[in-house]
Formats: sequence, structure tokens, C-alpha cells
Amino acid sequence: MIIKGKVHKFGDNINTDDIIPAKYLNSTDAKELGRHCLENINPEFSKKVSAGDIIVAGKNFGCGSSREHAPLAIKGCAISAVIAESFAGIFFRNAINIGLPFLESTDAGKINDGDLLEIGLSSGIIKNLSQNTSYATQAFPEFLQEIVKVGGLMNYVKKRKELKCTR
Amino acid sequence: MRYTIAEKILLRHTDKKEIKPGDFIEARVDLALGNDITAPLAIAEFKKSGVKKVFNRERIVLVPDHFAPAKDLSSANQCKILSEFASEQHIENYFEVGCMGIEHVLLPEKGLVGSGDLVIGADSHTCTYGALGCYATGVGSTDLARAFIDGKCWFKVPASIKFIYKGKLKKWVGGKDLILHTIGNIGVDGALYKVMEFSGPVIRKLSMDDRFTMSNMAIEAGARAGIIEPDEITFDYIKATRRRKLSTIDHRLSTALKSDSDAIYEKVYEYDISELEPLVACPYLPSNIKPASKLGNIKLDQVVIGSCTNGRLSDLRLAAGLLRNKKIKSGLRLIIIPATQKIYLEAVKEGLAEIFVSSGGVFSTPTCGPCLGGHMGILTEGERCLATTNRNFIGRMGHPKSEVYLSNPAVAAASAITGRITHPDEVI
Repeated sequence: MIIKGKVHKFGDNINTDDIIPAKYLNSTDAKELGRHCLENINPEFSKKVSAGDIIVAGKNFGCGSSREHAPLAIKGCAISAVIAESFAGIFFRNAINIGLPFLESTDAGKINDGDLLEIGLSSGIIKNLSQNTSYATQAFPEFLQEIVKVGGLMNYVKKRKELKCTR
Repeated sequence: MRYTIAEKILLRHTDKKEIKPGDFIEARVDLALGNDITAPLAIAEFKKSGVKKVFNRERIVLVPDHFAPAKDLSSANQCKILSEFASEQHIENYFEVGCMGIEHVLLPEKGLVGSGDLVIGADSHTCTYGALGCYATGVGSTDLARAFIDGKCWFKVPASIKFIYKGKLKKWVGGKDLILHTIGNIGVDGALYKVMEFSGPVIRKLSMDDRFTMSNMAIEAGARAGIIEPDEITFDYIKATRRRKLSTIDHRLSTALKSDSDAIYEKVYEYDISELEPLVACPYLPSNIKPASKLGNIKLDQVVIGSCTNGRLSDLRLAAGLLRNKKIKSGLRLIIIPATQKIYLEAVKEGLAEIFVSSGGVFSTPTCGPCLGGHMGILTEGERCLATTNRNFIGRMGHPKSEVYLSNPAVAAASAITGRITHPDEVI
């Protein structure tokens, strides 16, 4: 799967309160959450996003709370993928489990705000069309690829249950 | 076999013969927890799956604590989703307002977690229970939904980092200061995807309440768990809470629940804490640490004493000791929130509630409330709060242009009296 979009650049330690402030957690609607995505640190963010755009950030993206509303809000405002130098543990799980594409790349710092990227999710290659260069990333381990391939954790579990029943 | 306590617990919950850091495993969980923010998503996913019955109704805990008592209509709807699901599935461990408390204080108090357990919770501060010598970790709502179905969860086995604390704690210095010092030293991603194992002579003398505070904030350094090997202090606590027999591990109280002497740690940090002073985390990261005594000009609009970090009885006693026969600074708001109904009642019986109210503070029903900017003390533009909570991110307690400082309950109480960040010695 190829993802192409414009970069919105953020720094280190973007936390889940930044991504979706807790006052909106009385909703679970991705579209509604998306309207407030990252508003505390970039008030007009959701309006600036065109469908398919990409978030690029520094270290420890998604640190803080376990709220799955964070990756949901990112999906809800039509961001197609997140690239960061590193991800916080629970955000990492949540992104895998709900099928939000993301890549860990030590080259994230070289990418500029507004760059146009093309990401090959299966190859793990990030092409920076604006800088005419590309960055290789490590592919997900097999176990995680399987969850991603079937469209998230719930499908994965359902598939395994079916397998067990037919045995 | 050269295992850390965390690896031992994880291994015992799988069918594997051995594990090592980096392995992906599927493990059986002893307990799965959700709250009024995270459980509604999990319940929706569970229902979508078509599965009719949860894997084990005794191993699921639902606590409406974040926006409860319901702060608005949407929150009331979310709480109702929990109560209806609990009644449909006959989940006993659903705690309605009146029985409810902040989940991470409530579960140990109710005896629902114990040494050797594997606990997941759709809340990042689930790591709190590591203080009891269990592997407890925060997960997302979909993880919780999956656990509802088959009682399992996937894990990438984390490497462990050992923290050894030596020396003698000064007066007014406690678990909160130890963990703030640690996070300040290693940074908010200093233990990213690792287990923090807290050890050494200082930890062995630390009360359970202080241990809970330390494990609680392991997540603030990026850790998946913050674990302390159980000892007599742990076992006394567990015996007193008369926990139910929920564990899949029968030798929970055995002394074998320790890291092996040749266990492999990715790093070892050793701290001599004899000179450690009460600390404050300044905006906007829990790692932004300064001694309270060096922040004397920071004027405050609000002080909050409570949360899963420092809303326990010993925290309230410490605060009351400083506030007795004193008035808080005029114009400042002091909000005190005991973490559970049991603590609330004890605080009333012991006369702590009277001290708080007489000093000019308010004494609230248990709730996470202001810690995450939910309700019961939201900050507006330009306001500044000192809180005994765990996060001071931008806009955490309300307006993006408000500020949150973090400290222990003694510093918080002393600061409520002077109206600025204050070392407790100053008001004695």
C-alpha cells in the first residue's frame, strides 16, 4: 500500500493530551475527535489538513494516557500515516490495533514541514519527493504485520477463533 | 534462569518454556480493567465481534471514575454504557458512584490485584499495581475488547532497567520525590518500552502508599511497567485487603517472586538520595524537575491534592498535618480529593476533612476530576496550579495557556498556605 501526502511537522514528546484534550473524551466519534486533533498546540490543525496528509514528529510520539481516542482523532481528521523517531508504548499498541499506519524512522528529523512524501508501507521506504531522497525503515515484526494485514486486532482474534473452530 | 521478576511473571502467564526481551507473546491476563472513558469503546468493539459472553466475569473490572459523578450529559451516557454492560454480563466488579474510587487506588484496596498477577487496564496508570510485585500495564480499548473475548493480550517482552535507591530520606521527601528525581534524571522517554524495577534499601523501607506513587509514574518515563519485588510490607498489605482468589498463580506469596541474581538488565541506575529535597515538576513535562525551595516566586491560583498518584490516606494525613489550625492564602482555591470512599470516610473519622474545610479548602467526592482537565477544578487562561497529580502537559488541567506544577502532598499543602510554591519547613 502506497500513501502519499503533505507533511505536518511536530517536535518531541507529543502527548495524548496534545493529540486530543481530555475534555473531548466524552465522545468516541472519530470525526468529532478529529475536529479537535492537536488543537492545544496547533489551534487550526484539523482545518489545515488535507485528506491523506502525514504527521512527522520526533521522539516519544503519543506519550501519556492510554486513550485510543488519540489515534482515532488522527484518523478522524484524515491523516493517512504518522512517522516519528520513536513512539510511546501504548500509542504504538493502539495504532497497530486500530490499523493507523505508522513508521518509526531515525530520519524523521530530516523531513521538513510541507514536504511531499510517498510511503510504501510494506517496503518500509519513505520517499521524500520534495527533497528528492528516500529513507529506509525497519519493517514490522511478523507478528505485528499479521495484525495489520487483517485490519486490526479484533479481526485478528476473530480469524484465530474461526481457525480453532474448524480444527 | 537469569530472569527479572517482570519476565518471570510474563512467562508464567504463557504456555512457553522461555522468553526474552523483544519476543512477541500472547499471555493470559488475571484482570482486565476499563473506565468511563476507555471502556465504552471496548464495549462497542466487543459487541461488534458478535461474541455474547465475556471470557470470565470475575476477571473484568469497570470503574466510572474519570468524568464521574457524571459531569455532563455525554459523560452520563458513557457511565451508563458501563453499568448496562456490567449488568448484562453479570460483572460484579463494577463500582457505581458511592462504591467508586479512583481505579488505581480502588483495585488494590479491594484486594483485586496481588503479587505475581498479570493485569491489563485501559488506562496508562495501570502500572500503579506494580508496587505489589505484579506485572500491570496500560493498554488501549481494543486490547480490552479482545481481553473481554478470550482473556488474552499480546505483549512485546520489554527489557528491564534496575533502579537502586540508597541512603536515608530527609523529612518531607517521599515516593513522589523519588520518582520525580528518577524521571528528571532519565527523561520522559528514559525507560521507553522498558520495565522499571525499583529496588534498594530505600525501597525496602518505603510504605505501600509511597511505593504505589512510584510505580504509578513509571509511565511518565515511558515504561510499560514499574515493578517492586514483594516483601513483608507487600504481604501485610495484601493480607489486610483479604483479596479474592483470582490469580492463576498459586504461589503468589512465595519469596520466589524475585529477580534472579544473574537477571539481565539493560541498564542499572544507582541513586544516593540522602540529599534529595522535595521536588517540583515544572511545566510542561514531568521531567522538568526543580527543588521546591528554589521556586519561591511561583504564585498559585489553585492547589489540588488527590489523584491515583497521591490521593491516599497517608497523603491526606501529611497535608492535614500542615494545614491544621492554619488558613490557606486568601484568593487561592484548595481542592482535596480522597481517592476512594474508604479513604474519604477515614478522613472524616480522623478529623482530616474538618481540618481541610476549616483551612478554607474543599473536600470532594472521589474522582479523577481535575487531573486530566475533566471537572472539579478546571484552569482558565493564565491560571497556575500546583497538584499532587502525575502530568503537567500543555492544557492538561484546562486552558492551553494554564500551567500545572507537580509535587508531593506536603509541598502542595504548604504552598496552599503561602499562595506560592513553598518548602514545607517554611510553614512549620
